[in-house]
Parts: sequence; structure tokens; C-alpha cells
Amino acid sequence: MTPRDHVPLNSPVRSLFDDAGDGEVVVNLGPSHPATHGTIQVIACLDGERLTRADVHCGYLHRGFEKECESHTWHNLIPYVDRLNYCSAMINDFAYCAAVEALMDIEITPRCRDLRTLLSEYSRVADHLTCIAASLMELGAMTPFLYLVMVRDYIYEHMAQLTGARVTHSYGRIGGLARDLPDGWLSRLAEVLDEYEKFTARIHGLMDRNRIFIDRTRDVGVISAAEAIDLGFTGPILRSTGVPRDLRKDTPYLSYASLDFEVPVGINGDNYDRYYVRMREMDESVRMMRTLAPRLAEGPINVDDRRCTLPPKPLVYGEIESLINHFKLIIDGPRVPAGEVYVAHESPNGELGFFLVSDGTGTPYKVHCRAPSFVHMGGLHRLLEGYQLADVIPTFGSVNMIGGECDR
Amino acid sequence: MDRIADRVREALTDRVASIESARDALVLRIAPTALVDIATRLRDDLAFDLLVDITAIDWIGQAPRFETVHQFYSTRYFDRVRVKARLPEQDPTIDSLVPLYGSARFMERECRDMYGIVFAGHPDPRPILLYEGFVGHPLRRDYPKDREQPLVRYRDRTP
Repeated sequence: MTPRDHVPLNSPVRSLFDDAGDGEVVVNLGPSHPATHGTIQVIACLDGERLTRADVHCGYLHRGFEKECESHTWHNLIPYVDRLNYCSAMINDFAYCAAVEALMDIEITPRCRDLRTLLSEYSRVADHLTCIAASLMELGAMTPFLYLVMVRDYIYEHMAQLTGARVTHSYGRIGGLARDLPDGWLSRLAEVLDEYEKFTARIHGLMDRNRIFIDRTRDVGVISAAEAIDLGFTGPILRSTGVPRDLRKDTPYLSYASLDFEVPVGINGDNYDRYYVRMREMDESVRMMRTLAPRLAEGPINVDDRRCTLPPKPLVYGEIESLINHFKLIIDGPRVPAGEVYVAHESPNGELGFFLVSDGTGTPYKVHCRAPSFVHMGGLHRLLEGYQLADVIPTFGSVNMIGGECDR
Repeated sequence: MDRIADRVREALTDRVASIESARDALVLRIAPTALVDIATRLRDDLAFDLLVDITAIDWIGQAPRFETVHQFYSTRYFDRVRVKARLPEQDPTIDSLVPLYGSARFMERECRDMYGIVFAGHPDPRPILLYEGFVGHPLRRDYPKDREQPLVRYRDRTP
């Protein structure tokens, strides 16, 4: 490329805060800032060290997920939805599969329902561990980061035993799951949960009453309940303001209606509350898993419905109808009746919704993902304005923006 | 759950084109001009305080080509309402809900990026997921999937 080919971009930084006052300075953070995880740009108007206004830009990781979905079969999208929130890929799988199943009027088997619940909670723990670990490290706490990421890695390795992949599992199937639990998986689960308890107890000891941590997080990034609802916040951010809204409790899906769990809430809606709500939510998830693991329903994991479930392999090789069935499901995809549906699950970040439109063929007409991170980015400026420049990083960490689902 | 659905029916029947109970939500079909009125009533009288999602559907080949989809949720009744309005291809304009719901700000920007729906009265209609200067609206059905608009020209690999 020769220099004259270079056309300067119409930078949003240049014109954004034209009316900045005499004492104010406009600075740009990101999109590729070493202290943030995820590509996001914050253009901040500063009065000394204090942010007076902030403008948040996302989209740097946009890769046309929804467009790409329109040219694949319903089944082929499962690896794609994995890569939305890659910290808790299974929850994306299950929410997407639940939406397709709603369109097809399929009721999954009791064992599949229990396993999806168990694995959703397992993923939630992994996601919250990542979020807390990263946001503590950004405040300089290296030891908690290593403790928490170690436990997360136990979980990832354990999930790899089940699914064959550490992070993006592609484990959901329309009408079921990829495979049943291997032998001994549940006994290892009990061990991992014990490790989890051991290490989160250390985190509580290190962080909860830590002067430095409290000074950096208490009364920083405060938002009120009314404003959080106005901005569309869901999940731990909304609960940190004291609103006990959780889709698992309010509109129970999977096996949540039969499980006893609490919805932890905060008081202030600040960074400390978001840390604490996540810590408590993990405890509740562990409690649910311990309840569920010994009483998992027996039986098949896939529905016996030839519209979506592949026929057993011996039949594919042994009779022509099953061979054709297998072929049609792979090449044309499962035929989903025309219609539309919106299904939302409680993901670790908040309401993860899939709005699907089918025209009756094996390929979706439209797939829209309601990503909690994207909506949270729309309100991030309200959490940043009025606080110090140095608070941008911990506040951003406490929101747990995941680029994959935010930018899609 | 049915009680709030009945209340929505009662309050809004004469203001919407149709009301139908779908498996996941109450679906209201409305004229585009009625959106702000309906949303105000949903928020203030019927406690649908969370605007969850805004998107659109491109029914290419049909007469009003676009259909906007607004999803509302009530944090009091745990119920959902989906509001749909058809917009013509020549003038896909609908009123912005930013004055009512803060969450509409980013979602309307995304919908404008992807479908070219114009949200009249939006205070800040810059691109959000796309970049300044992007031509076209990628989620329209007639936008080719493999069209490329690189900001920096690809390096010429011929020796």
C-alpha cells in the first residue's frame, strides 16, 4: 500500500466532544487497550481525573453472526452460538436449542432437562469465576486471579472429558444432547465442587474485607434500580441494585422449578455488590448441582423424533429409510414449522434471548440474539460518568462484557 | 399470567390491529404511528418496564417489506409482549423509543445499521456495530453475504 492510498477515517474521537470546556480533556481508551479484556472503545471527557462524559463504542468484534446463520441448517448453528458468550458456551447452546424446540413443539426428555440444568449451572460457575478473576486482577490482585482461574480450569478440563472441548463445546443438540455422561463424571464433579469451595473461601478471606479492594469498589459505578431497568440491565448488574429478578425463578424453565435456590441481591448497585452477587450466585449454583447430581432422571437424552434426532447408527447402515432420514437431516436440516419465537434463558450476564423466524425450511429465515452484554454496553456510560479515570477498568470488569456476544 | 394478558387486551384492543396469544408472548400488531402511544401505555399503565429487544424482519418480496419487532417484559408480572409493525420499503421510518426507554438507544442503532430502519427522533443515530462509511445494510436479504468492504485495502499478494 502506498501512502497516498491511505484515507483518514472519519474518527468519532475528533468531533465527539466539541463543546468540551476549558479545563476538560478528551482522551480515548481502546479499542485495544492493554488493561481491558475485550475490544471496546471508551472516549472520555475528563475534568482532571474525573470523567464528566463518556461515549462507549463497540462492534470491533462484529463478524456477521446473524447473517451467517441465514445460510446454514438449524443444526449447523450450534457451533456458532457457542462462540457468542465463549465463557459459558453451553448456556448459549441450550437457549438456542430450546428456542428451536419451542418452534418444533418438542418436549425434551427428563434426563436431558436435568443434564442441561446441571451443565448450565456448571457453566455459570465457570463464567463468574472468569469475570471475578479478571476484574480482581485488574485491581492488582494476582493471587485471587490464579486461584480462581485454576478452579475454572478444573471445570474446563472436566467439561472436556464430557464434550471433547475445553471452551466451545458444541454439546447441545436440537431435541437433546451430543452424548450422555461418561462413567465417573459425577464423582469428579463432586471433587471439583469441593475444590471450588476451598478456593472461593480463600477469595472471601482475601477480598471481602480488604481495605484496598473496598476503597476501589465500594460506591464506585453506582446505579439505581429504576435506572438499571430503564437501561435494560438484567442479570447480576440488575440484582446488585436490589431487584431480585432472575428468569430461573420468575419464568422457570428446564428443571429450575423443582430446585431450591436463592436469588442473591445487592444493596448499592456498585462494583462491590456486583462482585458479591456473583460470588453468592456461584454458591447457589453449586448448591443446585449438588442437589441435582444424585437425582438425575434416568432414560434417554434425545427425544425419539425423526424430525430432528439422527437415527441410531446400526439402522443407518442397515435400512434404507433410516439412511435417507440421516441424509436428509444432515443435508437439508431439520424442517422447522413456519413461525417465530422468542426464548430467553438466564445467562451469567443476564437475559440471553433468541428470536427465531422460520419459513418452514431447514434453514432459519432469521436468527436474532438478544445479547445481555450489548444492552449493558448501551448503559455503561452511566456507570462511568462522575468517577475517576482509574475506575473505568474495574467498572468495566464488573459488567463482564463478552465481545463475542456483544458484537456478534 | 393470563390476568395481565387480559388487562393488556382490554386496555389496547381498540388501538392495535390485532392481538394474539403466541406460545411465548402476547403479540400485538400495530400501525407504525401507534408505537409511542402503545409503548407509553405498556410502560406506565401495564408495568411492562423492561424494553428487552428491538430487531426487524426483512420480508423481501412482500408489500410492506420490513417488520419491526419490539420485545417488552414486565418485571412485576413476568410476562412478555411483542409489538410488531410493518414498514414500507420506500420509507422505513418508525418513532424512536429512546425518550421512554434508555435501553432503546443502542438497540435502535443496531437495527438501523443492520436493516436501515430509521428511528425518527433518535438523538444519536451513529453506526454502532458497523463503521462510519459502511455502505448498505447487511441483514437485508438482498445484501450478498460475501460482499467485502475492507477499511484497509488487502495487500497485493502477486509477486
